[in-house]
Amino acid sequence: MTTTAKKNTTIADEAPAANVPVRCLPWQRFYRNRSAMVSIVVLAVVLLTCLATLPISIDQYQLQQLDFNRQPPRIGPVFAPFGYDLLGRNLLWRCLFGGLVSLGIGLAAAAISVTIGTLWGLTAGWYGGRVDNVMMRLVDILYGLPYILMVILLKIAFEPMLIKLLNNVFGPGHERVANIIILFVAIGSISWLTMARVIRGQVLSLKTQPFIEAARAMGLPTRKILLKHLLPNLIGPVIVYATLTVPQAMLQESFLSFLGIGIGPPIPTWGSLAAEGVKAVNTVISFWWMVVFPSAMLGLTLLCLNFTGDGLRDALDPRLR
Amino acid sequence: MWRYVVKRLFLAPVVLWVIYTVTFLMAVIIPGNPFKTGERNLNEDVQLAVMAQYHADDNWLLYREYLAGLFRPIQAIRGQGPLIDLGPSWQYCDWTCNQIIGSALPVSVGLGLTAMFLATVLGVPIGVISGIKRNSWFDYTSLSLALVGISLPTFVTGTALLILFAVKLAWLPVGGWGSISQLWLPAFTLSLPFMAYIARLTRLGILDVMASDYIRTARAKGLAPWRVVWKHALKNAFLPILSYLGPATAAALTGSFVVEKIFNIPGLGEHFVASVLNRDRAMILATVLVYSTVIILFNLLVDLTYAAVDPRINLEKQ
Repeated sequence: MTTTAKKNTTIADEAPAANVPVRCLPWQRFYRNRSAMVSIVVLAVVLLTCLATLPISIDQYQLQQLDFNRQPPRIGPVFAPFGYDLLGRNLLWRCLFGGLVSLGIGLAAAAISVTIGTLWGLTAGWYGGRVDNVMMRLVDILYGLPYILMVILLKIAFEPMLIKLLNNVFGPGHERVANIIILFVAIGSISWLTMARVIRGQVLSLKTQPFIEAARAMGLPTRKILLKHLLPNLIGPVIVYATLTVPQAMLQESFLSFLGIGIGPPIPTWGSLAAEGVKAVNTVISFWWMVVFPSAMLGLTLLCLNFTGDGLRDALDPRLR
Repeated sequence: MWRYVVKRLFLAPVVLWVIYTVTFLMAVIIPGNPFKTGERNLNEDVQLAVMAQYHADDNWLLYREYLAGLFRPIQAIRGQGPLIDLGPSWQYCDWTCNQIIGSALPVSVGLGLTAMFLATVLGVPIGVISGIKRNSWFDYTSLSLALVGISLPTFVTGTALLILFAVKLAWLPVGGWGSISQLWLPAFTLSLPFMAYIARLTRLGILDVMASDYIRTARAKGLAPWRVVWKHALKNAFLPILSYLGPATAAALTGSFVVEKIFNIPGLGEHFVASVLNRDRAMILATVLVYSTVIILFNLLVDLTYAAVDPRINLEKQ
């Protein structure tokens, strides 16, 4: 009994501080968060490996060697530690190249959601009243949409239009570019809602602070107050939610790939590679390497992104959880 | 309380109308239509007649007719047809959307609700234990597993579970729908990311609550430790979970396509993807409307439960 009581008191004393003292600077708090630091290092290694091998992988990712199709992993005489896929393509290069595409999708979606979400939340929170009411009701409605359905609809509805537009402006042959852009936009345009809500909440509480009132009293124009005084104070939540949007977007891309409406072949992504691998699984012969390696890379990256996001959240705003 | 419910219920048709309009616009933008596929084409005149019958030739007419035909109380009272009429499917001429959704929706809802049940029943205790035994091996293992659950796409975890439990161990059937034993694997797969999130929320909630004064009081008056946790701490720690359950249930209901596809379950997800690919406008509208209604109802239900559990929340003032 005494031991449990003692244990419980320590829990009670530590609980609000989330592992590290609140008094440190944010980056120090982040620095002390072991899992987040490890994650950052792993992410950097993955990203650098993908980037460093780009000159090779961009040549090799769609090279088909039909003699090698469905061959298991091997180190020599040909270097293929991840094995070969159904069409005899070396999975190592496909995974490395696909990683860049996947990460690109995640980053693009995050960029879109930061831009729209921040502007939306800032406007709604700053002007308040009826503007706020209308804008946030719209966010509520969009929240009520079955959003995977919307991503699918957006993608299929606007892709042919964009292809036509790009082909008219830049000449023929832009199908793949349009395919990728529309995927970015479809995923990004759904993921800004949480960002908008969080930013609005922050703006509402910041708006009443004395320093904003002082800026107003000095007669600063609204644009300056927003850009110079409000935005810098919003950077914390923006970074946190942007980091957490990246894994979300990458997961959504993998679902779209699984349903056959992601990025078109032959361009690989971790999601589409894993989906191809899953489809190749059967009870007679398991081509385990086709599933395991892409999913492991996807899973590892998402895990690290989630850890980093959580770490940033703890560091930048301990009360925001 | 009741005024709030009525207000929300009156607002729901407006929200549905906005959703209908947005979906309609996108469905119209998708090029191509199912009556001009290019293969086995009908005679020109017949094609025009068929398109006129479905209002496929006039978007504005289709928009009005479909909306006007949706809700038919008089017809329902007279017993001449369904109350909600989602129209005939453009792709499967022998079926109405009502029939397709009537057969597929219960499957998706059953799967989604079972998944949410599993997620709550397993996620909350895991979160409570790792919250109390903070920084123990159980805490670290469950947290890492939870993050893995969030970080892997369901088609990978689903396939892994399928191979393990259905093929190697042969404890459960590989797929299909109709018996309880066929429900467990897909429901568990679908529940994994939600379970992980619920466990994390519970852990954080417990950590916060255990530091508060009233828990110290409860412990000081000599209550058994499990009683302090289950009766006092969990009640407050459960609030954030409850507010997460609404959107999560909605996501489980709508996001079940992937799981349905892996386990070969005749749910609504397959129909939605097929309807978009077939340009079956009536079916696209019908699926989106049905899904949105389900989501709206669940969000309302959660808000009401929230108010019922937490007396501090006053819905009238919101």
